[in-house]
Amino acid sequence: MRAKISRRTGVRTASAATALVCCAAAAVTSGASPASAAASNYSTATSVAAFGGMSGLVAAAKAEGALNVITLPSNWCNYGSIITSFQNEYGIKVTSENPEGSSQDEVNAMVQLKGQSREPDVLDMSTPFAVKADQMHLLAPYTVSEWGDIAPAQRATDKTWWADYGGYVAIGYNSAVVKTPPTSFKDLLKPMYNHMVGINNSPTVAGAAFAAVFAAALANGGSFNNILPGINYFAKLNTEGNFVPVISGPSTVQSGATPIVIWWDYLQKSEISAEVKTWKVVIPSDGIYASYYDQAISANAPHPAAARLWEEYLYSAAGQNQWLQGFCRPIELSTMVAAGTVNKAAYAQLPPVPMGFKGYPTQAQVVKAEGVVAADWATDVATT
Amino acid sequence: MRTWAPLLPFAAWMLLFLGIPAIAVAVGAFEKSSGSGFTMANVNQATHGVYLLGFKNSLKMALVTSVVPGVVGTFLAYAVHTSKGSALRRVVVTASGVFANFGGIPLAFLFIASIGAEHALVTNWVADIGVHIWPRFDLYTFAGVALVYMYFQVPLMVLVTLPAFEGLKASWHEAAENLGAHSWQYWRYIGIPVLMPSLLGSTLLLFGSALSAYATADALTDGTLALTPLQIGSFLNGNVIAGSQNVGKALALGLVLIVAVVMAFYVLLQRRASRWLR
Repeated sequence: MRAKISRRTGVRTASAATALVCCAAAAVTSGASPASAAASNYSTATSVAAFGGMSGLVAAAKAEGALNVITLPSNWCNYGSIITSFQNEYGIKVTSENPEGSSQDEVNAMVQLKGQSREPDVLDMSTPFAVKADQMHLLAPYTVSEWGDIAPAQRATDKTWWADYGGYVAIGYNSAVVKTPPTSFKDLLKPMYNHMVGINNSPTVAGAAFAAVFAAALANGGSFNNILPGINYFAKLNTEGNFVPVISGPSTVQSGATPIVIWWDYLQKSEISAEVKTWKVVIPSDGIYASYYDQAISANAPHPAAARLWEEYLYSAAGQNQWLQGFCRPIELSTMVAAGTVNKAAYAQLPPVPMGFKGYPTQAQVVKAEGVVAADWATDVATT
Repeated sequence: MRTWAPLLPFAAWMLLFLGIPAIAVAVGAFEKSSGSGFTMANVNQATHGVYLLGFKNSLKMALVTSVVPGVVGTFLAYAVHTSKGSALRRVVVTASGVFANFGGIPLAFLFIASIGAEHALVTNWVADIGVHIWPRFDLYTFAGVALVYMYFQVPLMVLVTLPAFEGLKASWHEAAENLGAHSWQYWRYIGIPVLMPSLLGSTLLLFGSALSAYATADALTDGTLALTPLQIGSFLNGNVIAGSQNVGKALALGLVLIVAVVMAFYVLLQRRASRWLR
C-alpha cells in the first residue's frame, strides 16, 4: 500500500570520476573457466563468460532453481509481469520480499540476512544507497553483456552497480478539473492553480519529491550546485496558496485534494493514469530533471547464478521492453530505438522530453543538495 | 525469589523489546556514521536548526493535543458516567475503543476526503447549509494536524478516565450533602482532588501518544511541519539521505528523554491517585 510513498529514491548521480576511470576495468571477462569448474564459485563470476556462455548460465541458474528479489512493487516499472515472465521462461521460483520497501531496507536486508537463504540476491536501488552498499562491501562486481550500452557515467568503476531505468520529473494534471494545462514550473504559480499542486512526500524522504525540488531549482535560476532556488520556489508556491502539502497519489487526485501532482513521469502513468482516465502528464519545459535507478548483485547472494541470469534477462531486449511497458525509460532505450528493437507502441506512450536537458548531477552535488533540503525545507516552506 | 519469579517472562520481554533497542539507540546516537569511534556530532546536529525546531513543534503539538482532548474527554466521560442508560455508556465505550485506535494514513485520508479540498465531502455538505469552511480552515497546517490528532485523542481520554469516575463513590457525594456541602464544595474538596491524579495521568498518556504519532502528520504535511518523529523517519527509513542514521538515533534519544520525564511524572501521579483510592 505504501509503494506510492516510500519507494526508493530517484537520486541519479553520475560521478565525473566514474566517467574518467571506468574503461580501465572492462576487460576482466576473458579467460572464462568452464561451467563445471566454476560451479562452486558462481558468486565471483563477473560475466556470462564465467559460465561458459549463456547456456551455461541458464543451466547453473536452473540448478539453483530460486531467486530472491526485494522492494519490487508489481506496478512499478512493470515488475509484476517481469517476475512472471522470468519464472515462466526459466522455471526459477522468484521470492519477492518487502515489495513496498525503500533502498535503505535493501541495504538493511543484506546486512541482517547475511549468509541466510532468504538474503536478497539482486537489488534495485538509488545511486546513493548503491554507493553506500558498495562501500560496505555488500555488492558483487558483474558486467552484463550489454555493459557497453550503459554510459560510463552511469555505472560504477568497480562494476558493483549499473543504471537500469529512469524517468523525468513530470507535472500530471486531471484534465477534467484543470482546464488550462500547466506546462512549466512557472505556470504552476498562476492563481488559477490555487490549492491544486501536490508532491508525493517530503523531499527529505522521497526521491521523487527531492527530484521535484531539484527540477524546480533548474527552472528558477538554480543549478546542480544550488538547489536552494527550488526550495524557495516551493516556499513561494506555498505562500501563493497553490501548494497542497499532502502525500499525493491516486487517492488525493480522486478526492480532489491535488488535481495537479509533481512526480516521476512513469509513476504518474502507472499509478495515477491507471485510476484516473483523464490524467495527463507533461515534462515541464523549464526544469528538466531525470534520474536512473541502479541494479546490483549481492556479494553474498544465496543464488549467485540465478542472480546473474536475472540481470542478463533484464538487460536483454525483452527485459528492457518490459520496463518500457511500465512507462520507465530503460537504460538501453536509445540503442534500442536506433536498432529497431524497441517496443514502438510502448515507446509512443512516453511523454515527450522538451529541449534543454542538462544531464545529471554528480554524487557530490546530490549529497550537498540533500543537506540543503534537510536543513531548509521545513523552515523555508514552513507550515504554521 | 518467589515473589518476583512470575515477573520473569515480562522482564525478559521488556529487556528484549524495550531495553536492548533503547540501549542501541543511546549508543548509536554517539557513534560516528562510519561505525567506529564516538562523537558528539550527531547530538549536536540533532539539537540545532531544523531539528531543534522539530523538538519545539513536537512538544507544542503534544501539549495542545493532550491538554485540549484531556479537558474535553473528561467532560465527555463525566457525562457518560452520570447518564442513566447503560446502553449509551456501552455505545460510547465501544465507539471510543474504535476511534482511539484509528490512525495513520487511513485517518489522514479520512480528513483529506472530508475537508481537504474545495469540493471535499463534508466541505460540500456544510456549504449547502451555508457554512463555508473552505478555504478558511486549512487542513494542511499545525491546526489541521492537531484537529486530526483530536480524533483519536478525545476517545482515548474517555476510555482511560471512565474508570476513574467509577472510583468516585456515590456515598461520598451523599455524605457531603448530608453534612451541608454545596455541589461545588463537593467537587472542590472531594471530587476533583480524588480525580485529579488520574486525569493528569491520562493527559500525560495522551501527551506520549501525540508526541510519537507519525504517519498521520507525515501524510498531511510533506515535511513542511518540522516534527521529530518525521525527521527520525527521514534518517532511518528515507530514500534520500543515506548514511546519517545516527543523527536519527540522536533525535530518538531526545524523544526517549522527553518520554522518560513524562513517565516519571506519570508514575508520581499514579502513586498519588492510588493513595486516595486505596
